[in-house]
Amino acid sequence: MFGKLTLQAIPYHEPIIMGTLVVVLLGGAALLGAITYYGKWTYLWKEWLTSVDHKRIGVMYIILALVMLLRGFADALMMRAQQAIAANGAEGYLPPHHYDQIFTAHGVIMIFFVATPLILGLMNVIVPLQIGARDVAFPFVNSLSFWLSAVGAVLVMMSMFVGDFAATGWVAYPPLSELGYSPTVGVDYYIWSLQISGLGTLLTGINLVVTILRMRAPGMTLMKMPVFTWTALITNILIVAVFPVLTATLALLTADRYLDMHFFTNELGGNAMMYINLIWVWGHPEVYILILPCFGAFSEIIATFSGKPLFGYKSMVYATSSIGLLSFFVWLHHFFTMGSGANVNAFFGIMTSIISIPTGVKLFNWLFTMYQGRIRYHSSTLWTIGFMVTFAIGGMTGVLLAVPGADFVLHNSLFLVAHFHNVIIGGVLFGCLAAITFWFPKVFGFTLNEFWGKVSFWCWLVGFYLAFMPLYVLGLDGMTRRMNHYQDPRWQPWLIVALCGALTIAAGILAMFIQFYVSIRDRDAHRDTTGDPWNGRSLEWATASPAPFYNFAHVPAITSLEQHWDDKREGRAYVQPADYEDIHMPKNTGAGFIVSMFGLVLCFALVWHIWPLAIISLIGVVGTFIARTYDRHVDYYVPAAEVERIENARYAQLTEVA
Amino acid sequence: MTVTTVEHVAAHHDGHEAGSLTTVGFWIYLMSDCLIFAVLFATFGVLAGNTAGGPGGRELFELPFVLGETLLLLVSSFTFGAAMLNLHAGRRAGVIRWLMVTFVIGAAFIGMEVYEFAKLIHEGATPGTSAFLSAYFTLVGTHGLHVACGLLWIVVMVHQLLRFGLDDIARRRLACLSLFWHFLDLIWICVFTFVYLREFV
Repeated sequence: MFGKLTLQAIPYHEPIIMGTLVVVLLGGAALLGAITYYGKWTYLWKEWLTSVDHKRIGVMYIILALVMLLRGFADALMMRAQQAIAANGAEGYLPPHHYDQIFTAHGVIMIFFVATPLILGLMNVIVPLQIGARDVAFPFVNSLSFWLSAVGAVLVMMSMFVGDFAATGWVAYPPLSELGYSPTVGVDYYIWSLQISGLGTLLTGINLVVTILRMRAPGMTLMKMPVFTWTALITNILIVAVFPVLTATLALLTADRYLDMHFFTNELGGNAMMYINLIWVWGHPEVYILILPCFGAFSEIIATFSGKPLFGYKSMVYATSSIGLLSFFVWLHHFFTMGSGANVNAFFGIMTSIISIPTGVKLFNWLFTMYQGRIRYHSSTLWTIGFMVTFAIGGMTGVLLAVPGADFVLHNSLFLVAHFHNVIIGGVLFGCLAAITFWFPKVFGFTLNEFWGKVSFWCWLVGFYLAFMPLYVLGLDGMTRRMNHYQDPRWQPWLIVALCGALTIAAGILAMFIQFYVSIRDRDAHRDTTGDPWNGRSLEWATASPAPFYNFAHVPAITSLEQHWDDKREGRAYVQPADYEDIHMPKNTGAGFIVSMFGLVLCFALVWHIWPLAIISLIGVVGTFIARTYDRHVDYYVPAAEVERIENARYAQLTEVA
Repeated sequence: MTVTTVEHVAAHHDGHEAGSLTTVGFWIYLMSDCLIFAVLFATFGVLAGNTAGGPGGRELFELPFVLGETLLLLVSSFTFGAAMLNLHAGRRAGVIRWLMVTFVIGAAFIGMEVYEFAKLIHEGATPGTSAFLSAYFTLVGTHGLHVACGLLWIVVMVHQLLRFGLDDIARRRLACLSLFWHFLDLIWICVFTFVYLREFV
C-alpha cells in the first residue's frame, strides 16, 4: 500500500531536522493563513499560478530561486560551522551521514534550484521585451516548465523531512550511488527531482530558441539583436543540446536502481566511468549555460552605466558562440585522474585553456567600454566591477587546474572548491543580482533602494574573499573536499576565517532582503515614470514600467542595434501613435500547474515504490495534458479601445514628467 | 520609438504563424530526443561486449523476426504518408482511415517487440543478466516506449478529427505527429543496423 514508506522515514530523532521542520511548518501555515485572511486565493490562482505571461513566470522563477538560496545557504553555513570546529579529534555537531547529505543538497540546490531558475527567470522576463515580442513562442509550455522546476525543488525539500537525501556528492557518481552502497531513498529523491526539473529546463530551452529565432521584431537581424538576447540564444541552444544527456544518464542510473540493470555497477559488465563521462558531457556545458546570460547582463549594464555603446559587439557575439561550441570539448578535465592517458589528457587540457581566450576577449571589451565613459557607480555597476576582478582570479585558477599535471595534485581538494565558487559566485551570482537590480523597475515599476543594494554588494564581495581565499591555501596544503572532520590543527584557523566569510555573506543576503522590503515600502518615492530609469539603450526601455501585459502596443520596427538609444537621440522616442489595433494574446491556463502537481505525486510515489499511486498520478499527468489539447479557446483579443486606454494613461504620465 | 504597424508580426499567434512556430519547436524537440537515443546508442556501443559470461546477441536474436518488425515499421511510415496526402487533399475520412491502418501496424510492431522481450526473459536473458542485455533492453525498449506514445497520440488525433474536423490545429498536430512517426522509423533503422545486424556480420 505505501511501498517503502513507513513512519520510520521521518527522522524525528534528529533535533536539527525536526527544528527545521517546525520552522517550515509554522512559516507555511503563516503564509497560507495570511493568503486566506486577506482573501488572496482567487487573485493568486488567476493572476499568478495559472499565468502564462512571460514576465510573471520569470518573476516566479526568481522568487523560487531566492527561497531556495536561503536553504542552500543554510547548508553552506552548517558545513562551514562543522569544519570550523571539527579539528584535531573533535567530531563537530554534524554526524557524517547527515553532513554528507548536506554537502550533496547544497550543490544540487545551488546549481539546479538557485542558479538555473535565476537564469531562466531573467531570460523569461527580458528576452521577449528585448526582441519586441508579445510573449514567448509557447506560453502554455512556459507555464508548465516553471511548475515542473518548482516541483523538483519541492521534492528536494520533502526529502529532508520524509526519508533522506543523497549522500553522494552533487553529481552522484556510481558505484556509490548504486543500490548496494546507497540503499535508502536519498538517491531516488535526487534522481526524480532532477528529472522533473530537467524536463522543465529542456522545454524552456526549446521555447526560448524558437522565440528568439522566429519572433524578433521586423528589421531585427541577428546582428542587431541585443547582446543579452544573444547570450540567451546560445545558452538555450546549449540547454537543448545537453539536458537530454542528463535525462538519459539519470534514466540509466534509475534502471540500475529500480530494474536491477548493470550500466554502472561493479558486477556483470557495468562501467561506472561511463556515467562519469556522460554526466560531465552535460555538466560542463551546464556551467556555461549559467554564466553566458550573466555575461550578457554585465554587457548591457556596463554599456548603460558607462553611457557608451558596448565595445566590440561583434567580437562579443563571436566570443559567446565560440565559448558555447568549445564547452563541448572540455568535459574530461573533470576527471583527468581517471587515467585516460597522457595524450587524451593533453587534448582536454589544451581545449580547456583555449576557452580562456574568448572569455578574455569579453573582459577586455568590458574594460574598453568603460574607458573614457561617464561611469555611474550604481549598485549594478559595482556588481559588474566586482565580477570582473573576482572572475578574472577564478578564471586563472581554472587555467591552472586545466594543466593535467597540476590537476593530479589539486584534484578533489579545497583548491577546486575555491575555484568553482570563485567563478560561480563571482560570475553567476553577482551577474544575477546585478541583473535583478538593473531590470527590477521594468517589471515592478519602481527602482530598488540603492543604499541597501550597496551594503549587500560589499558584504558579498568581502564575504566571498574571506570565505574562499583560505580554501585555496588549504587546498594547496592538501586538504581534500567534503571532510567531516580532520586531524591537522594548522587548518583550523583558516577554516574559522572561512566561517567568518560565510557569516559576512549571510549579512549580504540579509541586506538584500532588507533592500526588497525597504524598496517596496518606499515604492511611491522611486516610481519609474518614464520606463527608462537608467537612460537605457535597448528595446525593453522603450515601453512602460511596469511593462504592460502585451509588452508593446505596436510591434516596433528595428533599424539599429541600439534602437531605443538612437530613437531618443533622433527624437523618434515617446511619440504616441495615432491609432491602435486589437492585440492577440494567450489565455491563462491551470493545465501546467495541474500536470506538475500530478508529476509531484508521481515522483514521490516512484521514490517510495508506491506503484498504485504512481500509476494513478501518471494517468493524471497524461490525462490532463490530453484534456488540454481539447481546449480550443486558448487565446483572445485585447480590444483596441482597451489598448488605447492603457497607452493614453502612459503618454499622459510621460507628458506630466516632461 | 518607431511605431510602424507590421501586420504579419502583429499576428504572431494567429493560425498560420503559430503553425510554423509549433513545427519549428517540435523539430527542435525531436533533435533533443535524438540526443537521448545518441546516449543510449553510445552506451550500447561501450557495453555491447560486456556479456559477463551470459548469452550474446548472436545466440539470442532471430534476424528474420526482427526483419519482420522492421518491415512493419517501414510500411507504417508509408501508410502515415498516405494519411498526410489525404490531409493535404482535405479528405477527412481518408486521413482517419489511413491513421487507423497506421495504428494497427504500429500496434503489431509493439506486439512483436513485447513477444520478443518476453521470450528473451523466459530464456533467462533478462535485463539484469549482463551490462550488454541492460543496454539492449533499454535502447530497444525506449524506442518501443516512443512508438507506444505515438499510438496514443494517433488515437487522440483520430478522436479530435472526428470531433473538430480538419482545422488548423489538427493540421499542425498531424504535421508534428508525422515528423515524430518518421523520426522513430529512422531511429529503428539505426537500432536494426547497430544492435541486430551487427551481430551477424
